[in-house]
Amino acid sequence: MSRALFIGRLVVRDLRHRPAQAFLMLLAITAATTVLSMALALHGVTSQPYQHTRAATRGPDVVAVLGGPVGMVGLPGHAPQNFGVPPLAEIRAEARSLVSARDVTGHGGPYPVASVILRMGHIAAPAEAEGRDRAAASLDQPVLTAGSWVRPDGIVLERTFAEALGASVGDRVTLDGHPYTVAGIAVTAANPPYPNMCFSPGGDCVFDHPTSSALSAISIGLAWVTEPDARALASSAAPLAYELDLKLKDPAAAPLFVSHYDAEHRLAGSGGLTSWQSIAYDDGLLVQDEQQVLTPGAWLLGLMALASVAVLVGGRMSEQVRRVGLLKAVGATPGLVALVLLAENVAVALVAAAAGLLGGWLAAPLITSPGAGLVGAPGAPSLTAADAGLVVAVALAVALASTLVPGIRAARVATVTALADQARPPRRRGVLIRVSRRLPAPLLLGLRVIARRPRRGLLTAASIAVTVTGLVAVLAFHATVDVRLDPASSGLGDPVIDRDEQMLVVLTVALVGLAALNAIVTAWATVLETRRSSAVARALGASPRQLSAALVAAQLLPALPGAVLGVPLGIGLFALARSGGPRGTIVPPAWWLAAAILAALLAVAALTAVPARIGVGRPVADVLRQET
Amino acid sequence: MTETVTESMLRARGLGKEYGKGDSLVRAVDHVDLDVPAGETLAVMGPSGCGKSTLLHLLGGLDRPSAGELWLAGQRIDEMSERALAAVRRDAVGFVFQSFQLMDELTAVENVELPALLAGRAPRAARRRASELLDQIGLADRARHLPSQLSGGQRQRVAIARALANEPLIVLADEPTGNLDSEATLDVLELFESLHRAGQTLVIVTHDARIAATADRLISMRDGAFVDDTRLTGGTAGSLSALVGLDS
Repeated sequence: MSRALFIGRLVVRDLRHRPAQAFLMLLAITAATTVLSMALALHGVTSQPYQHTRAATRGPDVVAVLGGPVGMVGLPGHAPQNFGVPPLAEIRAEARSLVSARDVTGHGGPYPVASVILRMGHIAAPAEAEGRDRAAASLDQPVLTAGSWVRPDGIVLERTFAEALGASVGDRVTLDGHPYTVAGIAVTAANPPYPNMCFSPGGDCVFDHPTSSALSAISIGLAWVTEPDARALASSAAPLAYELDLKLKDPAAAPLFVSHYDAEHRLAGSGGLTSWQSIAYDDGLLVQDEQQVLTPGAWLLGLMALASVAVLVGGRMSEQVRRVGLLKAVGATPGLVALVLLAENVAVALVAAAAGLLGGWLAAPLITSPGAGLVGAPGAPSLTAADAGLVVAVALAVALASTLVPGIRAARVATVTALADQARPPRRRGVLIRVSRRLPAPLLLGLRVIARRPRRGLLTAASIAVTVTGLVAVLAFHATVDVRLDPASSGLGDPVIDRDEQMLVVLTVALVGLAALNAIVTAWATVLETRRSSAVARALGASPRQLSAALVAAQLLPALPGAVLGVPLGIGLFALARSGGPRGTIVPPAWWLAAAILAALLAVAALTAVPARIGVGRPVADVLRQET
Repeated sequence: MTETVTESMLRARGLGKEYGKGDSLVRAVDHVDLDVPAGETLAVMGPSGCGKSTLLHLLGGLDRPSAGELWLAGQRIDEMSERALAAVRRDAVGFVFQSFQLMDELTAVENVELPALLAGRAPRAARRRASELLDQIGLADRARHLPSQLSGGQRQRVAIARALANEPLIVLADEPTGNLDSEATLDVLELFESLHRAGQTLVIVTHDARIAATADRLISMRDGAFVDDTRLTGGTAGSLSALVGLDS
């Protein structure tokens, strides 16, 4: 029998013999690999819907904004600025220059754009009202998804903006106090959808309204009205800007055209040019935000899986001492023994990686809806060979990092010792034992449980630190969002935030689920490992309640510093994930953080109490008979 | 009846312990009656599996009887809650096990002081008492040694000192010399002898006739029942060394 076949048979038999442990390990690693696969699968999923929308709306290759404080609103840390509006003659000259440029084969506009405050019920939202002909344009004609095109006093809302407003055809709105009826709802490929129209510097955003400081300067909506209506909405405080759509001979060369033209011809203080590729990128911001949530979430889950698997593997190894002795007695070398032990967990990790890749690939479409701003289905999730390799590497790293030390230790144990199935002697931590003498019985016993297996205490601390890190990052997100959506702002929903929240709910459930699993597994491993010492303590007069409390204390004592450490780590993680984002980081109120720590510790206590009570419920005499 | 209850340190009536059901029913202890007066050393003998250890576990409140009544120092303990039973084990009973059952990570003195700490005694008082006990058993110089650094006999002496930490009313020893050589056995027997002289009530379960010969009274067990109850007159008055075969 070949060596590989021999190892394979041992692995299969052992996995069959301990299906529950194998399943828990599989579950822990799969949770991490699934989320990581989802994050990786999000690359480029909005490109296909954007192309559909671009084709359906005859989208321009370049959008030029003439006049207005272009690209400055919405930048992080920048208040809206107005460089002054160039004289109309200069705007016309620039428009002529653009449409007569060498590579330009067609154009639409320039269309007048007014900056307005749109009100609907109690909602007030900043918006750009673009003036359009009632007839369809040959370039950039928004596709109606409901209702009809613009008419006098009839407004068409961009679909994502309409959804955030909760508006539908026939609803009444006002633009700077002028009443309009929602005539239709449409999508366009010439602007990124709400709320990202003004996100990118140099984008085709012209909003400049004197009352905008009281409202969100970032989330600007888009509406279409008739040209006369747009001109009527302008004032000296909020002058018109113009949008000019260009068709190029080579659409792929649009970024090059933009950079050349910006460098050589652009009017000082005038608008900028935006290529369709740049708009497509901004369309993907919706999904990029999801990635910003999922990617650190996947790493957190990976760390949590590492802690879970380390405890599970540690527990399994202590049960496999005799098996190691038998293998060595029939001639297995330490290397072969280590290989057998590693092979089991590597096999589980590979299955978990495959399950995670499949799960992530299948689940990705659920979170890759292109949003209401585009038409068409999302593209198939793209998982490249490199992505798959990364997922497999993470799964293997989790399995190997948690197996290596116990595997090598088991391989090095003396054959006779292993055959006698002698448990690994506990460590002595003199300082902890001395400190514990002065404590009440439950804490005395609990601290000594920690002193026996300090590595397990570290794993508990790490597990809780990761959980609280995740929870605090979620709280920081909500604190930041709350400031952004405070009563002074428009009161509008934000599809990006809605999506982030959905992702955070999924991640939090996965993280808390793994943390709960970890707490139970750790508690049970501790109960099993301390059954003899617990029985002796009971023989010496410790009550079951004292021992249950001791086991809970043994989990809580390392969990406390872990939970406290999770607070700065969570805030740091959120700040890191949001670095470069428009919202900055708001530290959650102290009582939120204290509640997160308390909740985590209470959960640990509750999850430990059950296995602890079961463990100490066994008659002392039975345990002592078995352990003798 | 009442008189017996007050005079006996330990009293059992119809004490039984059963495992399994139907055809697989095993009567480990089969409705035995027992009175152990204060200050008596009682040896319980019998072949392996006759129920000696189970009886000892029942007497010390480590296991619950299936039938019968049990009193310790006039207090009925078979109906006690687990919490109250823990208090009885802590304050009134000292256990000595065949395999010592010392905490591997604790030094000798830390092992001996543990019952006192569990009883809520001040750490300093607990340490003082533990040091005194180690001194009495001749292991003062081994106080800071771990069990792995002690011989079998020394470990069992530490276990006996631990059993005495809370000045128990009764010491229950389960095959205390079962894992020891002759020399260590003699050390342990001498220790029991000194306890006996000090008026300590002792119940020793053993299958070694030489150990049983040192007791005041010997009960023989078979199949969970008492088959003989003999008062020994020679007992500890004889030479312990001769008993364990160390005299030339």
